[in-house]
Amino acid sequence: MHLVICAKQIPDPETPPSAFKIDSNAVVPAAGISPVLSPFDAQAAEAALRLKESAGDTKVTVISMGKESAQAAIKQVLAMGADEGVLLNDDAFEGGDSYTTAKVLAAAIRKLGDVDAVFCGRQAADWDMGQVGLGIAEDLGWPCAIVAKDVQLDGSALVVQRVLTDGFETVKEPLPAVVTVSNELGDPRYPKLQQIMQAAKKTVTTWGTGDLGLDASGVGAAGSKLKLVGLAQPQSGGAVQIIEGETPEEQAQGLVQALRDARII
Amino acid sequence: MAQNVLVIGEMVGGALAPTSKELLGAASRIAEGGTVAIALLGTGAQASAAEAFTFGATQALTSGDATYDVFRSDQWLPAAEAAIAQASATVVLIAQSMVGRDLGPRLAFRNGSSAAMDCSRLEMVGGKLQVTRPAYGGNALATYEFASALAVITVRAKTQEALDATAGATGATSELPGPGEARTDVVSREASASEGLQIQDAPIVVSGGRGLGDPEGFRLVEALAAAFGSERAAVGSSRAACDLGWYPPSQQVGLTGKVVSPDLYVAVGISGASQHMAGCSGAKAIVAINKDREANIFKSAKFGIVGDYKLVLPALIEALKQAR
Ligand SMILES: Cc1cc2nc3c(=O)[nH]c(=O)nc-3n(C[C@H](O)[C@H](O)[C@H](O)COP(=O)(O)OP(=O)(O)OC[C@H]3O[C@@H](n4cnc5c(N)ncnc54)[C@H](O)[C@@H]3O)c2cc1C
Ligand SMILES: Nc1ncnc2c1ncn2[C@@H]1O[C@H](COP(=O)(O)O)[C@@H](O)[C@H]1O
Repeated sequence: MHLVICAKQIPDPETPPSAFKIDSNAVVPAAGISPVLSPFDAQAAEAALRLKESAGDTKVTVISMGKESAQAAIKQVLAMGADEGVLLNDDAFEGGDSYTTAKVLAAAIRKLGDVDAVFCGRQAADWDMGQVGLGIAEDLGWPCAIVAKDVQLDGSALVVQRVLTDGFETVKEPLPAVVTVSNELGDPRYPKLQQIMQAAKKTVTTWGTGDLGLDASGVGAAGSKLKLVGLAQPQSGGAVQIIEGETPEEQAQGLVQALRDARII
Repeated sequence: MAQNVLVIGEMVGGALAPTSKELLGAASRIAEGGTVAIALLGTGAQASAAEAFTFGATQALTSGDATYDVFRSDQWLPAAEAAIAQASATVVLIAQSMVGRDLGPRLAFRNGSSAAMDCSRLEMVGGKLQVTRPAYGGNALATYEFASALAVITVRAKTQEALDATAGATGATSELPGPGEARTDVVSREASASEGLQIQDAPIVVSGGRGLGDPEGFRLVEALAAAFGSERAAVGSSRAACDLGWYPPSQQVGLTGKVVSPDLYVAVGISGASQHMAGCSGAKAIVAINKDREANIFKSAKFGIVGDYKLVLPALIEALKQAR
């Protein structure tokens, strides 16, 4: 089997709000905070690697569309246990929306040729869109199960346990197929030092528009239909009133009084 | 410019979902003279259509086929596409539900564009539709315009106001095709919803986080909710607490959990990460109980108690009982 993991490098989503800055409709990278592999993509990698272990004789390729720096995200997934890495790097890819991103990733998956299943995160933790996995599936004409917490192989189908708003659902989708993975899958594995060193030595293939047979006018900013026209920081609320007191009882009574005075209770 | 807006409706127990009423309200505000249509699939579609007319729909496209009762995107998608064609829609609105998360992107991609997901504001600015959505876990608000012929938008619950019902309002109804084959088979379903009052509907939500230290801490949080009144207060949790297995994922509040907008939100042992606040920032008032005065939650709270919840909660439960 051949499994693909789509991994995106993003600004650290744990960046404290105080260090989060916007300038001219773009996020200013916070000083001293390195970009990271998007957390759900680490979980997507974990799901694919668990499947590799249970199915045996499986190749896992990690793909990232991004700049040269995205090599770090690819290397992290290689260190977790993926076999090969592909970086999709071309100036023409920049400034794209989910549609053009999915188009580029789908073209790379087509070029790989023999892919059985694609694992994406449920959403990239920068723009929080949650649509590229579905876009890849639509482009390839494959089924897609979103927000997975467990993925098993059953013959030529994936059995996927999905998280719903109020419960869970188990679905069976025939291969080839796409899955998007959620945090309920559990923590991703932590690579060992030796794996990190081996991954560092692996070469990552780079493809651009030419390699993928894509026209520059249909990708990146040129091909995007969803246009960002503004990016702002939400206003924070007013000042908090800290309820003081010598004892928890005094604090509690003070809070109840304050809530009553404000007619909240 | 007039927009023909299509709402992909949802039903709860055969009745029109509250989010669908919110979407009809938003659709009426941005249509600017265009039509407001609603697509309804599954048992109760006819009755829900009648209700939708009273909440602003001018056209309903329905199929009452019970196969649609379980959402399978392979089956809903052709029906939604047929509805777009029948309604000559230029804008499609879907709730940011499990239906919207799945159908929104697919409908957009089939029309050569991306969807705008989880939007909290929709407005016509100089004849152009602009939508705003939280990004970067709620640290930013991103505003978009569409360069595509069709704008597909999923909308966050509780961000749009429904119209007041106009009794007796009617509209045109037409049939949507019945379901075809689905590639993906639903093997089983398991409900994990808590009984009784749901956190989305409760006027008071008391949530616990990792700061509770152990799952037992939730017994105190539940006792606090009960002290506010079990008919008014429900219990939520942070993702960290859900990930630790202390509370079911159905109770998670936040960006990837549920959106709540109660009159009062009490956060106990929750640090106030932007992704958590994304689910509760619509609360009229937030009370934070946290032992760390520097915790981010105090930046969004109206009232705060700095202290150990193990001491504060029993005292608060007692004070509420006395105040009754
Ligand atoms: C893409 C993405 C999506 C996410 N979606 C969500 C989401 O939907 N919902 C969500 O909640 N999170 C979400 N998160 C996670 C979020 O970033 C935080 O990690 C999470 O909310 C932290 O949970 P917490 O506040 O319970 O834990 P912590 O951040 O660990 O905070 C615990 C708090 O408890 C306090 N405390 C400790 N002991 C006590 C005590 N005895 N008494 C009182 N206070 C005490 C501490 O001071 C601390 O402030 C998401 C993250 C990402 C990247
Ligand atoms: N530039 C990218 N490179 C590789 N994978 C991506 C990229 N953008 C998105 N993805 C994948 O698609 C998922 C959903 O992304 P999004 O729709 O942007 O929220 C991510 O979790 C990744 O698995």
